[in-house]
Amino acid sequence: MNTVLSRANSLFAFSLSVMAALTFGCFITTAFKDRRVPVRVHVSKVMLKNVDDFTGPRERSDLGFITFDLSADLQPIFDWNVKQLFLYLSAEYATKSNALNQVVLWDKIVLRGENPKLNLRDMKSKYFFFDDGNGLRANKNITLTLSWNVVPNAGILPLVVGSGQVSLPFPDMYETTKSY
Amino acid sequence: MLSLDFLDDVRRMNKRQLYYQVLNFGMIVSSALMIWKGLMVVTGSESPIVVVLSGSMEPAFHRGDLLFLTNRVEDPIRVGEIVVFRIEGREIPIVHRVLKIHEKANGDIKFLTKGDNNAVDDRGLYKQGQHWLEKKDVVGRARGSLLLTFCLFHLRFVPYIGIVTILMNDYPKFKYAVLFLLGLFVLVHRE
Repeated sequence: MNTVLSRANSLFAFSLSVMAALTFGCFITTAFKDRRVPVRVHVSKVMLKNVDDFTGPRERSDLGFITFDLSADLQPIFDWNVKQLFLYLSAEYATKSNALNQVVLWDKIVLRGENPKLNLRDMKSKYFFFDDGNGLRANKNITLTLSWNVVPNAGILPLVVGSGQVSLPFPDMYETTKSY
Repeated sequence: MLSLDFLDDVRRMNKRQLYYQVLNFGMIVSSALMIWKGLMVVTGSESPIVVVLSGSMEPAFHRGDLLFLTNRVEDPIRVGEIVVFRIEGREIPIVHRVLKIHEKANGDIKFLTKGDNNAVDDRGLYKQGQHWLEKKDVVGRARGSLLLTFCLFHLRFVPYIGIVTILMNDYPKFKYAVLFLLGLFVLVHRE
């Protein structure tokens, strides 16, 4: 225990085990926390078109346009083990050709330290809401849900669904004007 | 006569110590292998722990971070999940998030992915003419993370330690060299 190298070796081994214990402590103290908060989603405008799907397979598909409001207070979710929240607003619905469809309309990354209070109005979707076919027309039940993926420094990556979904029907007719 | 006996003794002791060290080394290697294979069985994945290689999922995951994967076929694929998939004909697995799914009543599913840090979805990465991924392309699901770069970033060590893990992945011969050196060290170190 009297050479620089052996001292450095035992110091390194000790600091490694301390860091491992700290990381485990970080994980175990936040592993069973409830990451849900109430969320308010409101839809102000819905429009439907039928065009060639230019984002991928060039088939004539239903294209939906939704304008929405979002409010939520995400402050209770953040703690020492949460690095960021990946928020996403998804639309879930069933059609004749597909039993389950889920489309992400909008997403946002909230890092720890950024403003955790969400209060967005008249938001347009970030991604094109194309259906796989023509299943949006006259669809009675499209459910919009705000969910988030909690990214920890050390631990499990859970997907949490916010309480407060909204269901809406889509119109029967296609919009032929160029407006959005 | 006396000196010869002494030499014999010393030679015999050294040989036994050498055998002991070799066996010790073998024990360490086989325990590590057992733990690794055990993890593979429990998670159902070929590589239960992976190192993030690209920056396409920043700011969540940076190059050098560790991800824990499972690959249970019965787990349904849903939007928002982080999946690890391989494009047909390519070796490198990609870790991105599911953006869109269309699932039929019989369970057949086609889905689209996108990296958080990319401006567009992954259709540009898929095969020519391929618009969707299927269950067979999935290699695993990211279930846990160990963001080494978080703590190390503040110590400014990231460039150095991150490079070691990435080198180990990009150049397998380097991995063998490191293991060989470790093995040599264990053999030589007596205490």
